[in-house]
Amino acid sequence: MVTSGDAYVILPAALDGLIQALRADYRVLGPTVQASAIVYDELTGLADLPRGWTDEQAGGHYRLRRRDDGALFGYVVGPQSWKQFLHQPVQPLWRARQSEDGVTFEPPPTPARPLAFIGVRACERRAIAIQDRVLLEGSFADAHYAARRAEAFIVAVNCGQAGGTCFCVSMGTGPKVEDGFDLALTELDPAGEHRLLVEVGSERGGRLMAGLPQRPATAADRDAAEAAVARAASQMGRAMPAVDVPAVLARNLEHPRWAEVAERCLTCGNCTMVCPTCFCTTVEEDLDLAPDQAGRTRKWASCFTLDFSYIHGGSVRQSGRSRYRQWLTHKLATWHDQFGSSGCVGCGRCIAWCPVGIDLTEEVQAIAASEQG
Amino acid sequence: METHGLQEILSGHRFFADLDPALCALVAGCGRNVRFEAGDYLFHEGEPADRFFLLRHGRVAFEVTAPGRGPLRFLTVGEGEVVGVSWLVPPYRWNYDAKALETIRAIALDAKCLRDKCEADHHLGYELMKRFVPELVRRLHATRLQMFDVYGQHG
Amino acid sequence: MAEPVAVGDPMLPKVAEVVARRRELADTWTIELVTEAQGLLAFRPGQFNMLYAFGVGEAAISVSGDPAGADRLIHTIRDVGKVSAALAGLKPGARLGVRGPFGSAWPVEAAVGQDVVVMAGGLGLAPLRPALYRLLAERQRFGRIALLYGTRSPSDILYAKELARWRAQLDLQLEVTVDHAGTDWHGHVGVVTSLLPRVVFDPARTVALLCGPEVMMRFGALALQDLGVAPGAIHLSLERHMKCALGHCGRCQFGSQFVCKDGPVASFAKVGRLLTIKEL
Repeated sequence: MVTSGDAYVILPAALDGLIQALRADYRVLGPTVQASAIVYDELTGLADLPRGWTDEQAGGHYRLRRRDDGALFGYVVGPQSWKQFLHQPVQPLWRARQSEDGVTFEPPPTPARPLAFIGVRACERRAIAIQDRVLLEGSFADAHYAARRAEAFIVAVNCGQAGGTCFCVSMGTGPKVEDGFDLALTELDPAGEHRLLVEVGSERGGRLMAGLPQRPATAADRDAAEAAVARAASQMGRAMPAVDVPAVLARNLEHPRWAEVAERCLTCGNCTMVCPTCFCTTVEEDLDLAPDQAGRTRKWASCFTLDFSYIHGGSVRQSGRSRYRQWLTHKLATWHDQFGSSGCVGCGRCIAWCPVGIDLTEEVQAIAASEQG
Repeated sequence: METHGLQEILSGHRFFADLDPALCALVAGCGRNVRFEAGDYLFHEGEPADRFFLLRHGRVAFEVTAPGRGPLRFLTVGEGEVVGVSWLVPPYRWNYDAKALETIRAIALDAKCLRDKCEADHHLGYELMKRFVPELVRRLHATRLQMFDVYGQHG
Repeated sequence: MAEPVAVGDPMLPKVAEVVARRRELADTWTIELVTEAQGLLAFRPGQFNMLYAFGVGEAAISVSGDPAGADRLIHTIRDVGKVSAALAGLKPGARLGVRGPFGSAWPVEAAVGQDVVVMAGGLGLAPLRPALYRLLAERQRFGRIALLYGTRSPSDILYAKELARWRAQLDLQLEVTVDHAGTDWHGHVGVVTSLLPRVVFDPARTVALLCGPEVMMRFGALALQDLGVAPGAIHLSLERHMKCALGHCGRCQFGSQFVCKDGPVASFAKVGRLLTIKEL
């Protein structure tokens, strides 16, 4: 019997069995190579995984590179995160119909199949937990997020390497997935005795594991897994300054640095789109309906747009300075007051996908350093 | 006799609260009781600002008349407040009309008399400034808020 | 963190019907709604609903009726945009979507045994009216009550008939001022804070409720504080853009607060500093 907390070793080929077994009940999503990036999409089998690929990341920079081994999870994180499946970029809210008898409001159909995610990194798992807090655990639960999140099956992956924009260690969010998974993989020795250590995190994870060709993990396997994670931890390309970030930012809402960063910031909102925790939305009226019908659709929104803070007469945040400040102070400071943690998981996406390479750790460092005179 | 009575009234008026009795006597020497009926003007725009008023009872409206729009009322003041600050600074000329909205009882203070006393006794002048400047700042601030039209569509 | 209280989809509106509509001002209308839906009618003074105009959109509108045993939802709406124009234009018989009530309330209970200063500006009287109804309904539980109301001009005075009725009431100190007027106006002209010396209250035991343009509330709160009212006893109603009213869309953030759920009513002690930070 396979139980939670146990660890096993499988060969890469067994992942195909895992994917197929999940496909019986779930819509299986995981990493694939598309348009020169690792993106999350539907998986049909092992061959869809980005075998032999890695990514190179820096401020404003992301490139796929060939590895000299056959690693399946040998990349860090791409532009997408799992939020696109749980908190969808475009979410129909309801349709209304008007007739002589009145108006009726109808919710959209709920998703037919639950979701399974393969390749959830520690930072991403934490990001899901943070969005749970925002969208499920307040006074109101978001019905659409709840429906997708409820049954979601999570196959996590511990990182064996870190990217140039990673800083999860300084955020306390990785690189090892500590909990909240059904199965957690650690890829071992892709250039040699290529295998995956699998930790079981749930009963249903254990049931699935029992059906795969596997052997119990040895002490050597566990040591190798620990070493892989330790290597990733030692490779962090960035670090969030070890200061009381919320307090530093709260004290410096009028700091000249905001104006300086605003000179570079294009207010394009890329950082908010790639961020795995950014949750802000707008709601728009559906305009393509018959006269007796109406509908509302929710879409991701960005605090970098002027429209975001519009109240009759004008926008509250007119300047790029105030919009960058809103994003950063929300992510790193006010988020603590609102939801009991930072809104940042140290994944580095906002740094890599910023067209001008603005680095939030650098911005915090500059403001913190100025306080020390 | 009247001066003594005036001094008591002045020292009891909010505007001159806590003024040194000796200075209060100096001020009272320039004052006299006045009364206006509703609709009377205390002064008109363009006239020499040769006195000012401490209101004891009743309300006064400040107005400026624009062609085609009639008199525009921009401030009302009442008991405990002061009417007129233009007497303090050259060219000593009123910039608006001051109209009684109801029966007014007030102390009118002769501007030249008081200016001369302030010139001779800067301590008195400073005490008056300490009372007029905050009033001017308050009115300037209030005017700014009115100018912004905060209750308009942008409110 | 509170346990989720909502069941079902909180973004899904319930249906209400307009049964009365009257013009308040040139650009402002009051609509009265009835509904068979559960849970819509009970509200606390200061709360708001999300009103949906069919095919146009949704907007946050404060409830301005009497909270005591109300059988109708009453909303006063100023036509300032596409959605508010559509809502203000709804005629008896029209149906609309309603979600709510949402948000924090005026701390009426905290004012028991205290003097109450209500300072309203422009349309800000609408979210305060339910609090005034409650204060007056239980008049003996409170100390002195003052209502100071400032607006643009005499023709912009909201609820004029009701104000006239309240003016006749001896246990309410009511003062109205306008920014500018013609000679046919015999009331006060000047900013609303200039009314403070005209009413009697004990600053040390006063609860103040302010609603109006943010600039007015900022200076109103400071004037009250200067007189000795504690910042924690001064309450303002904030306004920010809202899409969901659930704390999910992120639009109404004001520092750490979500105006939709932590507000709209917030104490000056909590938000006073934030109000001075530009473009926050």
